[in-house]
Amino acid sequence: MIIDHPLLGPRDAAEFVYLGDASLLDRPHWQDPEAMGKFYEYQYLRENPAGELRELWYHEQGDRSWLVVTRDTTTHAILCVELAREVARRQQVSN
Amino acid sequence: MRYSALRILSQGLSGNRGWERIWRDPEPKTSYDVIVIGAGHGMAAGYYLAANHDVRNVAVLEKGWLGSGNTGRNTTIIRSNYLLPENQPFYELSLQLWEQFEQKLNFNAMVSQRGIINLFHSDAQRDASVRRGNAMLLSGADAVLLDEGRLRKMCPYLDFDNARFPIRGGLWQPRGGTVRHDAVSWGYARAASKLGVDLIQNCEVTGLVIEQGRCVGVETTRGRIAAGKVAVCVAGSSSRVMKLAGLKLPIESHVLQAFVTEGLKPCLPGVVTFGAGHFYISQSDKGGLVFGGGLDGYNSYAQRGNLPALEDVCEGAMAIMPMMGRARMLRMWGGVMDMSMDGSPIIDQTPIKNLYFNGGWCYGGFKATPASGYCTAHLVATGTPHEHAADFRLDRFQRGHLIDEKGAGAQPNLH
Repeated sequence: MIIDHPLLGPRDAAEFVYLGDASLLDRPHWQDPEAMGKFYEYQYLRENPAGELRELWYHEQGDRSWLVVTRDTTTHAILCVELAREVARRQQVSN
Repeated sequence: MRYSALRILSQGLSGNRGWERIWRDPEPKTSYDVIVIGAGHGMAAGYYLAANHDVRNVAVLEKGWLGSGNTGRNTTIIRSNYLLPENQPFYELSLQLWEQFEQKLNFNAMVSQRGIINLFHSDAQRDASVRRGNAMLLSGADAVLLDEGRLRKMCPYLDFDNARFPIRGGLWQPRGGTVRHDAVSWGYARAASKLGVDLIQNCEVTGLVIEQGRCVGVETTRGRIAAGKVAVCVAGSSSRVMKLAGLKLPIESHVLQAFVTEGLKPCLPGVVTFGAGHFYISQSDKGGLVFGGGLDGYNSYAQRGNLPALEDVCEGAMAIMPMMGRARMLRMWGGVMDMSMDGSPIIDQTPIKNLYFNGGWCYGGFKATPASGYCTAHLVATGTPHEHAADFRLDRFQRGHLIDEKGAGAQPNLH
């Protein structure tokens, strides 16, 4: 797989470390009255879809940036690559 | 149908035209007491429901053909060399069921207890192997610590003096080995079919019928079938099927690849695993070296992987068995692993009444087939978990009672 890094261009996926579902960006607030239940869901439960999945990849052998990669889990086709910090910033603005 | 030397002789003389199907191929009935989805572990569950609990009005649904899923996509290793008290007795039960398999089912599954050796490469790993061996002995399994001298006699072809990972010895389980994987599902299918269990192939489940919090049947590509109880045993597709019931699981699906070389003369007596990387190897009865390693590392339902994982596995091969460098690789394949959040399986009831879940086998599902079916049948028939699967609960992540054999945390691609 080739990941088209927004800053560095096309890079081999072997340069990256895979973390998992990009829902890990949405960490619950620790003071939330339902924090116990929300952290359980955040930490352990996954959609695990057969099809499009937004996921976190870390460019460990490169510029050490975190990326949000949208990939099809049935074909391995990469559909979209964004910098995770920009995704997180957008989410903060919309919240 | 039973096999005998006389039958083979008479069939051989009459052009092999008299062999018939070894299991029935029925149309699905409108209703069953129990429906099992998936004919891998599910085929074993169907057999044990009928054989152990006299529940015979059972259908086992398979979306493809028998053995087309992970049953046909593994490295056929059996063993019970786990550490944790929640896991080890379960896998030892499985190994004992493997030992009885052929006699009980009167089917040659080529169960071959040729032994498995886990190599260690340092003093610390040796200590960990001693501890694991003791845990195995406590559960009633067998374990032998091999020092370097003894191992050199048993496996002279290993690269003992490797500069980076010198081999210092191994933990040997003589009762471990390999089994012909297709024959496992054929054996269970024939025995279950004889007891009245319907194996229905090419029948994909497209919906679970849930009324007032209880599961009462399934929608399939061959119509709606009512059921008293439904057990889901679909491994890599667990999240997809359980989503039909609105449940989200502590599971990610990952791809794991395996590889076979051209056929060689017998050179490898048992199973050998590398202690400093992820690599394991055995030799099939046809002569090919069957080997594999770790996951590709990313979520996948594609049943095929990529080349970086292949390179990593081959580096592991060269690190312990340089003689493999001359062998040609014949083929490779990938299977979809239901990687759970702690690396251990789940056999439990779900919040939906009469709906049972069996999954999270990670890449250790094949060896577990008999015990998984045995314990699932026990749970479905009696409503209580089997004593050796009592800790494989769905809610253990919420309660904090994880069974994390590797201590890797909630990161499925590290288990």
